[in-house]
Amino acid sequence: MTDKRATVDDMVGELRNGMTIGFGGWGSRRKPMAVVRAIVRAGITDLTVVSYGGPDVGVLCAAGLVRKVVFGFVTLDSIALDPNFRRARQEGTIEAMEVDEGMFYLGLLAATHRVPFMPTRAGLGSDVLRVNPGLRTVTSPYPPTDPVHAGTARPETARAQPEPEPETLVAMPALQLDAAFVHVNRADTHGNAQVLGPDPFFDELFLGAATRRFVTTEKVVDPGRLLDEGPIQTVTVSRLFTDAVAEVPGGAHFTSCPPDYERDETFQKQYVAASADREAWADFAARYVQVEEADYRAAVREGASAGRP
Amino acid sequence: MTTEPARPEPRTGQAATRAEVCVVACAEAWRGDGEVMASPFGSIPALGARLARLTFEPDLVLTDGEAALMANTPPLAAKRDELVLEAWMPYRRVFDVLWSGRRHIMMMASQVDRYGNQNLSAIGDWARPKAQLIGVRGAPGNSVNHATSYWVPSHSRRSFVEHVDMVCGVGYDRAAEAGSSATRFHDVRFVVSNLGAFDFDTPDRRMRLRSIHPEVELGEVVDATGFELAVPADVPITRLPTPDELELIRHTLDPAGARDHELPA
Repeated sequence: MTDKRATVDDMVGELRNGMTIGFGGWGSRRKPMAVVRAIVRAGITDLTVVSYGGPDVGVLCAAGLVRKVVFGFVTLDSIALDPNFRRARQEGTIEAMEVDEGMFYLGLLAATHRVPFMPTRAGLGSDVLRVNPGLRTVTSPYPPTDPVHAGTARPETARAQPEPEPETLVAMPALQLDAAFVHVNRADTHGNAQVLGPDPFFDELFLGAATRRFVTTEKVVDPGRLLDEGPIQTVTVSRLFTDAVAEVPGGAHFTSCPPDYERDETFQKQYVAASADREAWADFAARYVQVEEADYRAAVREGASAGRP
Repeated sequence: MTTEPARPEPRTGQAATRAEVCVVACAEAWRGDGEVMASPFGSIPALGARLARLTFEPDLVLTDGEAALMANTPPLAAKRDELVLEAWMPYRRVFDVLWSGRRHIMMMASQVDRYGNQNLSAIGDWARPKAQLIGVRGAPGNSVNHATSYWVPSHSRRSFVEHVDMVCGVGYDRAAEAGSSATRFHDVRFVVSNLGAFDFDTPDRRMRLRSIHPEVELGEVVDATGFELAVPADVPITRLPTPDELELIRHTLDPAGARDHELPA
């Protein structure tokens, strides 16, 4: 079987300016940050970034490499907002496609399933349709049916509903990606990938939606050895969806990657503080972004032992 | 070496604070819901959901804020090892619950308007916002799929506005305009603010003052609201926490006083 081991720089070497790139993880959780840093080093620009957004979006915006962000939110979790993303939006330096986070999921699912769209109620009536004039609705070809249950509808509300017409729903278009990157706890040399933390997020679908599929991992193990690490249900990505695997310990830092490590809250605060002005950001980026991975790790260790401000 | 954060003196016997009144007002939002997933955002709604489950809604389903549902009802500041988990609920599965309607969320609103449209995406022109906020998140889908309520800790003309800048959560007027697929499961229920509780039980689904918190003047609510509220002739006072509820809030659920950080006295 094919040995898919590669380096992050090999992976990023396959990217081209103008590509649409998806990043797995969620907010400031299990983000492929080593890849983000490698993209900044390589200066791949004019990117469309598709993400349940966290500092991946912020760092790439701060580096001036982003043309457009496709998102439902951008957050650092323990800190609500990412200042670099905010600035890019407020200064109008990036385009935006903002959709409901469930629509986002269905866009990845549609791309994975090779269908042009998925229908959903999400978005109806909201300004998501106003700010994305390309979004369309679709009318069901089937007669209306009663739902199998009423959900939380109060009896008086349910009674007040008229006989439903055929449903007209939002047609969420497939979010097709040129490349996707996810960071996981373990992977084997063939590209099976394992999430030992509580939530696999939407990583499988990012890989499913992409032409080139890249996994970075805390640790690469031999084929057949993933079950030494956790039960079969934790191996959420099969090699069918993976082109290359890179071992990058700490590859999600400063975001969380449980059970290997939690979010580096001190470092995240420093990231936010440095984002406040251009000079501070330039210093931060020189030390923590535009650097080789080994130098990054050394700088983080040095910063931690020096008791970062 | 770590030090314990300073804890406020126990206040048993003292009158309920505004924050405690708001916890109970939030809890009341879930009354009658039975076995649905309560998804509270903010400390006071989170305390409200836990209080509801410990008292009048024992079948409510609560998440641990990560990827699981909790069988127990621990304090807000509980550590991971104090949680008893009952089921797996990663983000992807939340959509099965959400779109099947078995959920009542209480989101925050940076802006809310008279028909219950809510904004947490951006202030100003969306194309180039004056202030970029977190994003629409799941608000569009939540509001047309299951019961949705809002918590606004700072009631003012900046938060209670004539028209929200970006409709994230869908209100009654916009749902009606969008047609029957939008109204079919649309159910915006309550807004709770630091000044009162509000609903949409009016003929034209405009926001109505449901109850006013103790020690708040009607004029204060009207002045702080950027649109014309429906105000009944006789506005009830929001009920006070019972002694048992105060005991639960102060000593069981929130001894660390998170409610006072969200809503200082």
